[in-house]
Formats: sequence, structure tokens, C-alpha cells
Amino acid sequence: MSLVAQTSNQPLIVWDWIGRNLTNIWDRTVEHIVLTVIAVGIGVLISAGLSLIALRWRRSYSPITWVAGLLYTIPSLALFTFFVPFTGLSVLTAEIGLVSYTLLILVRNMVTGIVEVPSEVLEAADAMGYSRRGRFLRIELPLALPVIITGIRLATVTIIGLVTITSLIGLGGLGYFINRGLQTFSSPIGTTQIFVGTVLSIALAVTADLSLVGVERILTPWRTRRIGR
Amino acid sequence: MSKSPMITLNDVSKRFVGSVDDAVTNLSLTVDDGEIVTLVGPSGCGKTTTLRMINRLIEPSSGTITVAGSDVGTVPVHELRRTIGYVIQQVGLFPHRTVRQNIATVPSLLGWDTDHIGSRIDELVDLVAIDRSILGRYPLELSGGQRQRVGVARALAADPPVLLMDEPFGAVDPVVRGHLQGELLDLQSRLHKAIVFVTHDIDEAILVGDRIAILNTGGILEQFGTPGELLARPANQFVADFLGSDRAIKRLSLLPIDVSLLEPSLPGTAADQCMAAIDVGATLKEALDAIVSGNGRDVAVCAEDVCVGTVTIDMIHRRLTE
Ligand SMILES: Nc1ncnc2c1ncn2[C@@H]1O[C@H](COP(=O)(O)OP(=O)(O)OP(=O)(O)O)[C@@H](O)[C@H]1O
Ligand SMILES: [Mg+2]
Repeated sequence: MSLVAQTSNQPLIVWDWIGRNLTNIWDRTVEHIVLTVIAVGIGVLISAGLSLIALRWRRSYSPITWVAGLLYTIPSLALFTFFVPFTGLSVLTAEIGLVSYTLLILVRNMVTGIVEVPSEVLEAADAMGYSRRGRFLRIELPLALPVIITGIRLATVTIIGLVTITSLIGLGGLGYFINRGLQTFSSPIGTTQIFVGTVLSIALAVTADLSLVGVERILTPWRTRRIGR
Repeated sequence: MSKSPMITLNDVSKRFVGSVDDAVTNLSLTVDDGEIVTLVGPSGCGKTTTLRMINRLIEPSSGTITVAGSDVGTVPVHELRRTIGYVIQQVGLFPHRTVRQNIATVPSLLGWDTDHIGSRIDELVDLVAIDRSILGRYPLELSGGQRQRVGVARALAADPPVLLMDEPFGAVDPVVRGHLQGELLDLQSRLHKAIVFVTHDIDEAILVGDRIAILNTGGILEQFGTPGELLARPANQFVADFLGSDRAIKRLSLLPIDVSLLEPSLPGTAADQCMAAIDVGATLKEALDAIVSGNGRDVAVCAEDVCVGTVTIDMIHRRLTE
């Protein structure tokens, strides 16, 4: 690689640079987290609404997932730049794109989670005298949680990766460093920036995933707990 | 004294949407307070459908069902179901709830306070013989037999006058099954519920049922009567086949030794000869077994080490034909 060849007599990582830019790195990390949390949060709300519609009127499930699937296949470059003429280089533009990417995964997992609750459990709930609403909130939703949380984990990890692309429209969180690094990539500062952006972004994804696994454990003790022997 | 039955099915039929045949056809049945009625029949003959019509999980196509004197159609459905205990075919415990929470389901729905629920769970733990230590466990952490017991406790929690049991002991091995059957009878002798008990095992139906309803495909009632009546006088070939070729032996297992009909024992029979004898509380089936594995003619009967008489093969034969 030319990158390596050109810089073989220079350090690949300039540790000084990291020390000098700690504040900026921190700010971009926070921006990355905020963009992710907003996208997943709004994605969960919209998907919950869509899932309720799909569960209430089963016929709507195919069209809903079809549209969500279509959004999912649009190349991210195109999706983020498409709205620029309307909403400018703004957080809104970024979030429209990011949220679109969460819908397919979230709706699929929410609906599957509810539909897969065993029929004998539902029959027992009905026979005990639960109302339709009580059954949904107390039985179906808790039992669907593992599948729903798996969806949220997938969506979160996907979005953490995608946030870096929003550096194209002036945001990007840690993607900012990757973008800057690519522009000056023949210099040691450039490779350092790419390194910092990439490593921290991966670290964020892993941390988020593990935290959500922890949340799942806490919310669904009945699945993971085993009697110690 | 004619008290009205706790559950009445009057000419009930059910045809599912999209089906050309009735799943249940003109079925009339009654279940009294303190009585266990077993529903038996081949797979798909409408046993579960019949149960589910009683608590309105399924609406009948025609006919009426009353529970405790009122037409189930006139009672608000959630209220109705909270007064009918239901043990479903696949147990159906809530996997995300502990044993304690599972048992407390209906009392919670009825709005009982925590103390009341707590003391009720204490009673139920003894009643269905589950170990206190499992109260905090989740269903995944229980054995099959424990799950069945918890299912029964959950159905009994709010002390409903009516209990519907759909093959409640289907998923356990024969030994545990035997225990559970015995416990059910024991429980019933204290609780006096009106119980409809579904099974496709005729031996289980005979053992636990005060009366047996034998259903044929399409939910057609072939015969409804006590085990003794059915075994002595099966109404038709279907019932006879269903009861099995060992009907006479099954009947003997229902008949106790009648002390007043015993032949006198030989004078001076000592307790040592009673070693090979049977207890006065045994059934005629056990007496027959002792005879055929002994001298082939008779066997001594003793009560607390004293011989009270002899059962002969002739006597057993007379009891079957009377
Ligand atoms: N919801 C339903 N819709 C359509 N048909 C049904 C439905 N439930 C049951 N049936 C049909 O009604 C008939 C009686 O079913 P049911 O479940 O009452 O049988 P069962 O006697 O309980 O059988 P098993 O011993 O196998 O449990 C069957 O032919 C079954 O296919
Ligand atoms: Mg059944």
C-alpha cells in the first residue's frame, strides 16, 4: 500500500495529536452518541406504532415491511444527500436518514416477538380472564422483549456505523475524524485521525451492544437465570 | 332432594367457520357440585372444544350452557372466566412469571390485597403438594410434574366453584401421573368442586370420574353414566370397544369386597394363615389376582390379622352378573 510505503519512515500514529485534541474527540464522541440515541429512540417509537398497526390489521404487515425494506436498500450516500435541498445540512437531515434505516429491523423484530408468543400461553391468559389490553401489556409484551431487544441491538450497532457517513453533511460524530483523515491521509496526522475515528466508533458499538445485553438480562431474568447447583 | 346441577350443557352444537361438519353435535351433559365428570373419546372428537365453550373461549353455534344457574352468555366474559378454573392441555404457565406470580394470576386480576394472596398461596402449596422452595422459580426451572401441579394450583387459586381440566396429567410419566390422579381425588374430597376432566385414557377416566361421558367423532355423546354402569352395560359397540376387552376386570377394580357376602372361613383359622390373605379393603380385582396366583378357588380375607371370611371365584362371578 502506498500509505504504508510513503510513511514507512514516519510514525503511523501521532500520539501527541490525540493528547492535543482530547476536547474535540470528546465532543465528537458525544455528538455520535446523541445522533445514535435520537435515531434509535425515534425509530423505536415509529416502529412501535407501525408494529401495532401491523398486529391489529395483519394485512398491513407486508406493505409496511416492503416500504421499510425499500428504505433499507437505498444507499446511505443517496439518502443523506437527498434531503439536503429541503432540510439543509442539519441534524434533521441526518436523522431522517438514520431513522429510515432502523425501521425494517425494528418492525420485523417487534412483530415477530409478539407473534411468536406460544399459543398455549395466550390461551391460558384468556382463560384466566385477562382483557385484550391486559393480555397484551402483561403477557405478550414481556414475552416478546428478548426478540424486541435483539432488534434494538442490531439497529443501534447499524446506526453507530452509519452516523460516520453523516460527516458528508457536516455532522458525523467520530466520522468527522475519518473524513478529515481521508482528506489528508498521506500525512501521519491523517492516519491518526482515521485510527481515532474508527477505533472509537467500534468501541462505541461494542459498548452499546454489551449494555443492551445487560439491559435484556435485567428485564428478562426468566430466560437466563438457572438454578445454581 | 333435587338440587340443580352446577354445569348444564343443553343441546349444544359447534360448527367452526369454514367447516362442513359439527365439531360438537347436540351435546347435553350435567355436572353436579362435588362431581367429577370425565370426557373421553378419540383425538379430535371435540373434548377441548366442549371445555372451551363452557368458559366461552369458543361460542357455541347453538344450544345453551349454564354455570351456577346462569346462562354463560349473559355473564360478562372476563368475570365468567375468573370464576372458572382452567387447566389447559399444554399447561401454559407464563414463562416470565415465577411460580408464585403464576399462581397469583387470578387473585391479582380480582384485586385481592397482598396479604390475602400470600395466605392463599400458603394454602395452595399444601393443597397441591408443591415444595415451598420452588415458589421463586420460573417455569423453565421446573420438572414436568411440578409444572402440572403449579397449573392446578393456578386454576384453583381464586377458589372457583368450577374446574375445567384438559388432559392435565398428559405430559408426565405413568408414576407421576398416578400420584397426581390420587392427589386430585384427595383434593376433590375436600373441595367438592364441579370438575370436567378431559382425557383420552379410558383407565384414567374410570379412575377419576364419578361419571363418564364417552364422545365419538363429531362430538356425539355415545353414553353418559357412572363407570360401573358403562362397564356393566355399554350402550353400543363403540362404547364397548372404547372400554376395552378387559371390561370385566375393570369392573372388578371398582367393586369393593362386601363383607356380608363372604363365605365363612374355616373354624380356628389363625393369623399365620392370613399371611397369604388379602385385606378387607381390597377390590375384587385384587381378590381375583390373589385367587389365580394362589389355589385357583378362594382366598382368605382378613381385617387387622383376623380372618373375616373367604372370597371364592363363584362369588366374584355372581357379583359381576348381578
Ligand atoms: N379453532 C378451530 N377452528 C377450526 N376447527 C377447529 C378449531 N378447534 C378445533 N377444531 C376442530 O374441531 C375438532 C375437535 O377438536 P378438539 O380440539 O375439540 O378435539 P379434542 O377432542 O380435544 O382432541 P385431542 O384429544 O386431540 O385434544 C377437530 O376436528 C379440530 O380440527
Ligand atoms: Mg384436546
